[in-house]
Amino acid sequence: MVMSAEPWQTAEIPGPKKALVITKPEVVAAMIKRAQHPVLVVGHKASETDFEGGKLVDFIIEFSKKTGIPVVATAHMIGEFAKRGFKPAAFMPAVDIGNRLVDPSWTGVDGKGPHDLALFVGLYYYMEWTILSGLKHFAKHLKTVSLDNVYHPHASWSFPNLSHEEWVKNLKVIMEKV
Amino acid sequence: MRSDLGLIKNLELSIGKIVEETWTEPVGPTPFPSLTTLREWDMKLLQRYKPFYLPFCDVCCLCTFGKCDLTGGKRGACGIDMAAQQSRIVLLACCIGAATHTGHARHLVEHLIEKYGRRMPLDVGGLNIQVEAPITRLVCGVKPETLGDLEEILDYVEQQITHCLSVCHTGQEGGNLDFESKVFHVGMLDHVGMEVADIAQIAAYGFPKGDPDAPLVDLGYGTVNIEKPVILCIGHNVVPSVGIIDYMKENGLDGEIEVCGLCCTAHDMTRYYNRGKIIGPISWQLRFIRSGVPDVVVLDEQCIRTDAFYEAQRIKAPVIVTSEKNCMGLPNRTNDSADAIVEDLVSGKTPGVLILDPEKVGEVAVKVALKVTPLRKKFKAIPEVDEILQIVKECRQCGDCRRACPQDLHIPEAMKAAMEGSLAKLADLYDLCVGCGRCEEACPAGLQVHSFIIKAGEKKLKEETYKVRAGRGPIQDVEIRNVGSPIVLGEIPGVVAFVGCSNYPKGGLDVAEMCREFANRRYIVVTSGCSAMTAGMYKNEEGKTPYEEFTGEFTAGCLVNVGSCVANAHIAGAAIKIANIFAKRNLRANYEEIADYILNRVGAVGVAWGAYSQKAASIAAGFWRLGVPVIVGPHGIKYRRMLLGRADREEDWYVYDARTGEKVHVGPAPEHLFYAAETKEEAMVMIAKLCMRPNDTTKGRAIKLTHYIDLHKRLYGTMPEDIHRFVRTIADIPVTMKDEIIKILEEKGWKETVIPDPTLLSRLIRKKKE
Ligand code: SF4
Ligand code: SF4
Ligand code: SF4
Repeated sequence: MVMSAEPWQTAEIPGPKKALVITKPEVVAAMIKRAQHPVLVVGHKASETDFEGGKLVDFIIEFSKKTGIPVVATAHMIGEFAKRGFKPAAFMPAVDIGNRLVDPSWTGVDGKGPHDLALFVGLYYYMEWTILSGLKHFAKHLKTVSLDNVYHPHASWSFPNLSHEEWVKNLKVIMEKV
Repeated sequence: MRSDLGLIKNLELSIGKIVEETWTEPVGPTPFPSLTTLREWDMKLLQRYKPFYLPFCDVCCLCTFGKCDLTGGKRGACGIDMAAQQSRIVLLACCIGAATHTGHARHLVEHLIEKYGRRMPLDVGGLNIQVEAPITRLVCGVKPETLGDLEEILDYVEQQITHCLSVCHTGQEGGNLDFESKVFHVGMLDHVGMEVADIAQIAAYGFPKGDPDAPLVDLGYGTVNIEKPVILCIGHNVVPSVGIIDYMKENGLDGEIEVCGLCCTAHDMTRYYNRGKIIGPISWQLRFIRSGVPDVVVLDEQCIRTDAFYEAQRIKAPVIVTSEKNCMGLPNRTNDSADAIVEDLVSGKTPGVLILDPEKVGEVAVKVALKVTPLRKKFKAIPEVDEILQIVKECRQCGDCRRACPQDLHIPEAMKAAMEGSLAKLADLYDLCVGCGRCEEACPAGLQVHSFIIKAGEKKLKEETYKVRAGRGPIQDVEIRNVGSPIVLGEIPGVVAFVGCSNYPKGGLDVAEMCREFANRRYIVVTSGCSAMTAGMYKNEEGKTPYEEFTGEFTAGCLVNVGSCVANAHIAGAAIKIANIFAKRNLRANYEEIADYILNRVGAVGVAWGAYSQKAASIAAGFWRLGVPVIVGPHGIKYRRMLLGRADREEDWYVYDARTGEKVHVGPAPEHLFYAAETKEEAMVMIAKLCMRPNDTTKGRAIKLTHYIDLHKRLYGTMPEDIHRFVRTIADIPVTMKDEIIKILEEKGWKETVIPDPTLLSRLIRKKKE
């Protein structure tokens, strides 16, 4: 069931500019395909969140492999990736990657130039919305997408608050279409 | 000369009555600094640690032109942009924090002067502590000797806070970095205010005077003898608690009554009376009141739940409010006879009173406790298990509680299990809940979710019996002498201060674990405020709390509780004293040089894992200006901006070599000034990293790198990728990891560099380069 596009945390009322709701996962797939230099930021909850018998992090690895999108692991996620034999493009604190993304002259996690699309998943809700807010206000060159199953008002695009099943289905569609 | 001018002017204008003949040290360049005196220093820091703004809100709603939409680079009707608006709010928050401590200090000093006289000497440790007020000496350039001397210092602090607050007005400052500089200024003032408050109360009340063996006192719900009348004090101002304790002692009642506290009042109470009991941090307020144990609730000021009066009424416990700042709508009975007030409170004629005379508070609280206890029979506001099992059936599984919960706790699932007859899942939430009560406010069915969690976790609550060392106050000069050299040379790998409130992302255990980890690694570990209590709420395999496990002496491998929030001044004070006592840098009004020294040489890091209040913001700001980085827990990101270094920007990490004037690249040490960590693991790795300083000797750097790499490997499962930024010469490499590291250095194209005598201040260069 698709719940209304209200922020997940009740009092996190956004201002005049709020995220467009991803009603069709195909839109995200198309954005990814169109992006010149996307990046995927993965927070620590990716190793705690169940996903189809495994964890979200397993899906992320497959997703990154399929799309070639470089991954930034925040907090101790690097260890979780390492355990699975996957090497992210970078690991750094969440605030650090946020801070670099606002800088239009930053050459990106792989040195190939500024990123134009940043996807986020697996951070604490409140960390993610504050970082997305920073990017919304100060990174004009960047579009942001939240891949979490909750509505993130400060992203450019976000899912609404979704049930776990609905969300898994959506992410799988994105995977298929990219 | 700019400095001379400042010196003469300020001496004439500000020093006034302060006796300063006994201090022969020449006055440095910045006595009683104004809003812009230290601006250049601030800009040096802000160039390296640029603010990353994380707007909490898209709009400004401070004036009637607004609300103004500040998204997408728009400016408000007053012309302000989003960056400046965010730093304006940070400044406002820090002004609130600094005003809170300073207002508290003013009240305390006035009260103590009335009681003990202006001439009462400020003895905070006799011969052991000759630098009694390092922050005041550094900032103001004066040496306070008596209680009366503190008044002039507060005059200055109050005047400056007023100026800073006025900067927040619509249509004042427009530059975000200038706002930030003023944030630093008000943070610095906050530390002066805290220092004044704590040295005044130490001297007047005979709190432990820098005592490494301060007594171990009881901590936790389970330490309270609920058979006795229980007086609960909440807040940060010890004066009314002293009234209560003195009255009990004078009347031979101190064995009859339990006096316990929540928040910093609890710390200060146990510094005065070691039979006092600390229940826990701020987040224990609801659970302890609702438990029905307190027979009388006394509220002073700061960090009190503003619904404490309502909550106390639910358990039929009379309330006494004692502060002009917190009158809670209650009648002022200060001028009535104690017995008349007692009668009204005991009979229930009035549920609460305002009494502004602390001695009268003492008498009334004790008398009411004795009389009311047999009548009220510990009336609880928490339903019994069978009741809960019935009421939970009304849960609609709407999920509003979870969405309101700052920790996103899975309450609906726990409610579902309760509907099916098991409270086990609710009990699991007990350790993670920060006691904010938002779940209950959100519930459309009006369910007392927090109470259910407490009931489910009741067994754990009742087993909470721990020990914490009573707040010892300042660090002794001799301790500073002993550790100064190993800290500055890097052989003691760092000083880590766990401070602040209890908005923990995953419960308080994380704080205790971090303290243990770093004490075991022989860092100097210091605590204060709610973190100091939380650190005690843990027992090792032998049943010992960290305070029983580690020494209270300020040395490698210690766990030192300095005391309540205002005692944070002693942590900053210790860093300052390292520069002054150990390195013999002039202290008097010599702010920049001392801060430069600390930034480049003293591997100190503050950690406010559960930071929530505006006071925590201003305390952090005072540390930043001194060059001490602060890590907050993930909720701290809501402070609206971080001060982050860019390790990848080579040009940001140069210092002067004071010997030659040469500019030397020193790597990102310390990498950040203000930073929110996502997880405990991240915080621990970052603590080790932020302790590195340009001045570390090769031996010291090797030790610091060992801890950094070791923690990184254990918690991240990998080698750090930035070792090459911290190895300056081959000798810096930890011996046990030599081959591994050399390989990495080769891959990164590392080149050896020199270890300078580092400074950011060109005036400290001894021999200028031609
Ligand atoms: S203070 Fe400025 S930005 Fe804020 S509401 Fe008023 S005009 Fe708008
Ligand atoms: S009281 Fe506890 S469970 Fe309720 S909202 Fe606050 S943290 Fe969550
Ligand atoms: S808010 Fe109340 S009704 Fe809704 S799920 Fe939570 S406890 Fe149940």
